[in-house]
Amino acid sequence: MNIDVDKLLSSLTQQTRTLFSSLDVTQPLMVGIRTGGIWIAEHLHQTLSLTKPLGVLDISFYRDDFSRLGLNPEVKPSSIPLDITDEHIILVDDVLHTGRTIRAAMNELFDYGRPASVTLVVLIDRNGRELPIDAKVVGKKIDLDPQQHVKLSGPKPLKLEIITSNIDTNND
Amino acid sequence: MQHFLTTESLSKDQLTNILDTAESFINIDGRTVKKVPLLRGKTIVNLFFEASTRTRSTFELAAKRLSADILNMNINASATVKGESLLDTLRNLEAMDVDMFIVRHQDSGAAEFLSRHISPQISIINAGDGRHAHPTQAMLDMYTIRKEKGAFENLKIAIVGDLLHSRVARSQIHALRSLGAKEIRVVAPRTLLPARIDGLGVKVFHQIETGLKDVDVVIMLRLQKERMLGALLPSEHEYFYLFGLTQERLALAADDAIVMHPGPINRGVEISSEVADGNQSVILDQVSYGIAVRMAIMSMLAGNPS
Amino acid sequence: MKLEINNAHIVDPANQLNKVTNLYVNNQTIAAVDKSPEDWHADEVIDAKGCYLFPGLVDIATRLREPGHEHKATIASETYAAISGGITSVACLPDTDPTIDTPAEVELIQQRAQSAGHCNVYVIGALTTNLEGNMLSEMAALKQAGVVGVSNVLHPMANNLVQRRAMEYASSQNLTLFYHPMDHDLAANGCVHEGMFATRAGLAGIPTAAETAAVGSCLAMIEQTGIRVHFCRLSTQRALQMLERAKFDGAPISADVCAHQLFLSDHDIIGFDSNYHVIPPLRSHTDIAGLRHRLSSDIIVSVCSDHQPHERDAKLAPFASTEAGISALETLLPLAMQLVKDEVISLVNMISLMTHMPADLLNIKAGTLTPGHNADLCLYNPNIEWRLTPENMHSRGKNTPFLNRTFKGKVTHTFVSGKLVYQSQYD
Repeated sequence: MNIDVDKLLSSLTQQTRTLFSSLDVTQPLMVGIRTGGIWIAEHLHQTLSLTKPLGVLDISFYRDDFSRLGLNPEVKPSSIPLDITDEHIILVDDVLHTGRTIRAAMNELFDYGRPASVTLVVLIDRNGRELPIDAKVVGKKIDLDPQQHVKLSGPKPLKLEIITSNIDTNND
Repeated sequence: MQHFLTTESLSKDQLTNILDTAESFINIDGRTVKKVPLLRGKTIVNLFFEASTRTRSTFELAAKRLSADILNMNINASATVKGESLLDTLRNLEAMDVDMFIVRHQDSGAAEFLSRHISPQISIINAGDGRHAHPTQAMLDMYTIRKEKGAFENLKIAIVGDLLHSRVARSQIHALRSLGAKEIRVVAPRTLLPARIDGLGVKVFHQIETGLKDVDVVIMLRLQKERMLGALLPSEHEYFYLFGLTQERLALAADDAIVMHPGPINRGVEISSEVADGNQSVILDQVSYGIAVRMAIMSMLAGNPS
Repeated sequence: MKLEINNAHIVDPANQLNKVTNLYVNNQTIAAVDKSPEDWHADEVIDAKGCYLFPGLVDIATRLREPGHEHKATIASETYAAISGGITSVACLPDTDPTIDTPAEVELIQQRAQSAGHCNVYVIGALTTNLEGNMLSEMAALKQAGVVGVSNVLHPMANNLVQRRAMEYASSQNLTLFYHPMDHDLAANGCVHEGMFATRAGLAGIPTAAETAAVGSCLAMIEQTGIRVHFCRLSTQRALQMLERAKFDGAPISADVCAHQLFLSDHDIIGFDSNYHVIPPLRSHTDIAGLRHRLSSDIIVSVCSDHQPHERDAKLAPFASTEAGISALETLLPLAMQLVKDEVISLVNMISLMTHMPADLLNIKAGTLTPGHNADLCLYNPNIEWRLTPENMHSRGKNTPFLNRTFKGKVTHTFVSGKLVYQSQYD
């Protein structure tokens, strides 16, 4: 399956713009989830000309598979440049799968403060949800077999690939 | 890695891994909530047979920042000798479903001894055993050196003071060798150097002036008051006269040399106040790095896929 | 009972015997060697083809742990361990509880040894009361009770003056002084050899000088008084050199080495394993080489076990907090035969050091196959391979660094006064 990333990105931009008007929010706080979510968020941040600086979340310390997989030594710091209390947060990720990454991201966000709302924007929404998590803005919805995974590589150029593997590499 | 007992057996990669992991915990301090949930639900016991407020509290803080439950146990050494054996103490605590022990004991080899008798799901961190090792302190010292001075291959490091009784120094020396430090020097009077210390791969100096020449890192060790009693030294006064780190002596080192000390410092005994408070001193940074390094080590052990 | 042992490789250095031949036992004593006695009809014949026959071995340093330390071992258990290792005479040391400083303790041990009926037990008495190093023990009484010597073991003497006086008194009672050279101030609270390993492990070290300083000061007193002294459990090459020189100059001295000091160095101590905790400590490779090299010199008259069985708890703690000592009876002969295999020493000289020479030191009639003497015998099969495990050790103490080591060669039969007291299951 060949997915045109650029087309999806423009679709996302449009949908997100519509989302802002429906939310009655002029200056949302956008937060991207490392690593793919940040690339998407950077694009959106630029094309939507958002004024508030972009936030970055590394969810390594909030994952639920720590006892199984151990600590990822490549943890980079999260950076939320503003006080998030009473902010409308636009959370951005590349692929929504089981929902566990978003769960971890929300737990981490709430350790920073109490936002007014959190809305999820994803490039790809694939089947296989294990938690009650939903994205408001979706670039494309696809159905895959359990051994298949979709992976975003980048940042230049951004490319989507479907990979088939026997190991459970993705847990998002 | 089930236990963290000594730096001696660790490879360059393993040591570097710990330093890299510590990096990710450094900025947790700056957040509103200084905690991450990594070790939530885990029970950690500070098992201290030797009194220590400083090391114990940094471990306590590190555990709490990882959201672990921590229990402090200070066991009077003489009570153990007359009563419960070390092994029995361990067994009783094991029965309380503990995940990790942080052990400080006056006998060299104590942590290793406990590790040989402990259940396979429980980890032990050596917080200092006799004169043998103090690996977490050595790691935070390595982190400090790397952060302040960069690659170990370019560095000359001098360790000054009571090496005879120092477990920190031994752990530092092993780590520095594995990390490829260019030159490791020990500087001390004869009475404070252990036999055949050159066998650990260090250059021995009995004069601080020659020992400090051109070094990039100066690590000062604490001098304990009991040393006068063992006929090892005549007085603190004479020690400071011969081996105290003053501004003049520090000037013999490289211009951008840093001064480190595992603490607590004895002002006017091993180091002058001037130097301790001066701009080349990174002593206070060591303390804050210490929490991140201990968080890293605890996480690496707790997250051990077994 | 008339017992005949045929085709054994008999090694009896005292009688210059080293050949394959027969031995004849009549009841308790040796009837003849090589040629059968007149009118000989054996009641029992053992074909010992391929095996060695040694005089029952003599070990001058064994802890039997009675009285007072029965939780570690007993006379019964340890004398059995001895005969399982081909040892038919042991001398036990006075550091029991109470110490062996009166005839009562000597008699207790002799009685218990007799009831056990395993090997012959001789007693070395305490040099000072309670081994405290202050007051002389009643050495005449001890001699009367049958001690073969006196010693203050590893307990310090109050000072050199007391040491001198004790030596002189022991000599006046014709008692051999067994001296353990250790300067306790220099040794401080060390538990390993002062050197690279001690530094690396952060353990307090016992310097070579702790042994040589004590040797030196004792030699000075020997020169002053002319008293005969036996130096026990040498661990350093330097001490051995000093003693050799003194003997060359005419000093009435002798020395012994324990078997493990000829094999293990401080570098063998891995992971703070308390089975390697011994006093005197395991020294350096140079010391081992030096001791091995001079094993056949005339200063060394015995290779002994320094047997110290311990209960499990004594060794279950961080190294420095454990009790020192190895359970060594069952490895004495295996290690000795390894030295022969490694060509460190000839078979005849090795057996000398474990038979007639220590017997002479203790002034006992043992360690030879002389007709008329008690038939204390050890039959040794050099081909049996076996592994030392806690399960097959006969001593109550399983504290040995040689656990799980494989040995080639085993004692198959041990006789004390003509009676078969031990037979191995490998027969």
